[in-house]
Amino acid sequence: MPEIRNYTLNFGPQHPAAHGVLRLVLEMDGEVIVRSDPHIGLLHRATEKLAETKPYNQCLPYMDRLDYVSMMCNEHAYSLAVEKLLGIEAPVRAQYIRTMFDEITRILNHLMWIGTHALDVGAMTMFLYAFREREDLMDCYEAVSGARLHAAYYRPGGVYRDLPDVMPRVENNRFRSAAEVDRLNSNRGGSLLDFIEDFTQRFPTYVDEYETLLTDNRIWKQRTVGIAEVTAERAMALGFTGPMLRGSGVEWDLRKKQPYAAYDKVDFDIPVGVNGDCYDRYLVRMEEMRQSNRIICQCVTWLRENSGPVMIDNHKFAAPSRKAMKEEMEGLIHHFKFFSEGYCTPPGEVYAAVEAPKGEFGVYAVSDGANKPYRLKLRAPGFAHIAAMDEMTKGHMLADVVAVIGTMDVVFGEIDR
Amino acid sequence: MSNNVANTPEARLESLASSLKEHFSAEGYEVIEHLSEVTLVVPRDQFRTVMQLLKSTPQFSFEEMIDICGIDYLSYGQEEWQTKGAPNSGYGRGVESPAAADADAENRFASVYHLLSITNNVRLRVRVMLNTACPEIDSVNDLWPASNWFEREAFDLYGILYSGHPDLRRILTDYGFIGHPFRKDFPLEGYVEMRYDEEKKRVIYEPVDIEPRTLVPKVIRNDGSQLPDNQDKQDSADA
Repeated sequence: MPEIRNYTLNFGPQHPAAHGVLRLVLEMDGEVIVRSDPHIGLLHRATEKLAETKPYNQCLPYMDRLDYVSMMCNEHAYSLAVEKLLGIEAPVRAQYIRTMFDEITRILNHLMWIGTHALDVGAMTMFLYAFREREDLMDCYEAVSGARLHAAYYRPGGVYRDLPDVMPRVENNRFRSAAEVDRLNSNRGGSLLDFIEDFTQRFPTYVDEYETLLTDNRIWKQRTVGIAEVTAERAMALGFTGPMLRGSGVEWDLRKKQPYAAYDKVDFDIPVGVNGDCYDRYLVRMEEMRQSNRIICQCVTWLRENSGPVMIDNHKFAAPSRKAMKEEMEGLIHHFKFFSEGYCTPPGEVYAAVEAPKGEFGVYAVSDGANKPYRLKLRAPGFAHIAAMDEMTKGHMLADVVAVIGTMDVVFGEIDR
Repeated sequence: MSNNVANTPEARLESLASSLKEHFSAEGYEVIEHLSEVTLVVPRDQFRTVMQLLKSTPQFSFEEMIDICGIDYLSYGQEEWQTKGAPNSGYGRGVESPAAADADAENRFASVYHLLSITNNVRLRVRVMLNTACPEIDSVNDLWPASNWFEREAFDLYGILYSGHPDLRRILTDYGFIGHPFRKDFPLEGYVEMRYDEEKKRVIYEPVDIEPRTLVPKVIRNDGSQLPDNQDKQDSADA
């Protein structure tokens, strides 16, 4: 009889299902995982150290590059931390804009997640569907900030600018037929809010479409039900947050429990799972998309009815308008000071956290009174989740590893920082 | 500290702070309330007991370890912008690496823990100062399994040793990396850079050739002019 021994399998870092640059060293007994050891850090850019050398306002764009599928939520946590240090607060309208874009970001993130997760598990169609809707939401990003991904839209003290009155239209070009351009422009006749409202009316149907494809799908259920079950107690011990924790049945959502921005003024529910397996986490995230849609609707209504400033009226912490900078001496001085030295914060330390799509994204900032953070620690939800890789995959088959990576919704920008 | 007694965040923090003060009144402990957050400073030798207490006492019941990170206080409060010699020699942008001489020998490093109690909906920060020569502290891996990777990270970036940790390997830096890159005396540019060598047909490491440069020097203004509540005063003075 031939000798049977464990195999060590190297998964990634160039594997399409590794969602980036994850290297997994798997110890296998036949096709069963005995031990898995994730090697991370292949995308480590030392964001926290770079931030120590930049003034507070210049650190902000780094946040987009952490979790690069939920950009604005990262900015939100950072802005909240700096605002807390400075003792300032964003105007109400900015709070609502932030709430709305946080939820747009959540849908963007969950669409990316469902697309790739389903693709990994074998449902190719989901990916195409999800990216169709992502395109519309990215256009919202672009309309408001000029960038489709790395928006740098939230700033300490508010948001960069108010929502545009005109939604940019698709121009005729040689890559698109006239009929296609007309179709794309059909809902871009009004303002950005009109476009978003149109989207929120269409979106529940889209979610229904996704659910038709997956929720009762036999293959999907075979691949996710009972895979990587985590009990509520264990999930808390492992530091899980967000859908990973809620999937295990713990009703914990920072938007409800420790509300920030305008979350205490909007109405929504927190979906909670029962079994804590991949399928429950899938259901939780699907319902979260519907709830996000609900929040967006409420924010659109509020934003239509109420106008006001979107940035704090204090030129120590916000750049003056272009006109003021060109015409007034004081505006020029403020502009110069703001963009050269930045602003100093009082000494102290703060921790600000938001409910990012993946879980609790926290920013711990230590200030010694300078214009740069003395220490900036970014608490990425994915870091704690992927640390539980060994525990979640132990005893499962090799093919389930892919489902587990998918259910964790890992993005290496935030894990490696 | 049940939910129906303390419902507002302020009341919850207040009750946490008072029970912390009650429990930890001995010398070396400190309960800091600042910016509606509570920090507990714990002496090194008591650390393990305190963490056990925070985890298991129903009054505290901190179920989740949200974050662990290291801090290097080497250049805390030091400016980079030297303007004293202005009349003779111009403004010096002397931003060499900060002088290590005046580093506090006892308390250069700190290990900071962020705890979250889901039951009581309250957060707590625990800080323990570490010895400079040998920054070592007990691991809390057995209390909160989530600590495993966070401690590995703090070890990797700051060289803090967590005794009792089952697997204290580097986590974020390259295989075979030397040094602890987030320490304040480690240059931002690092020491080595990596490229693929066409002749040797492999990746090689070379001394780094990036010039260190500081685009915006670190300035500390503590005259109060930067505080938001002084804005009105400033404006009226300007007008």
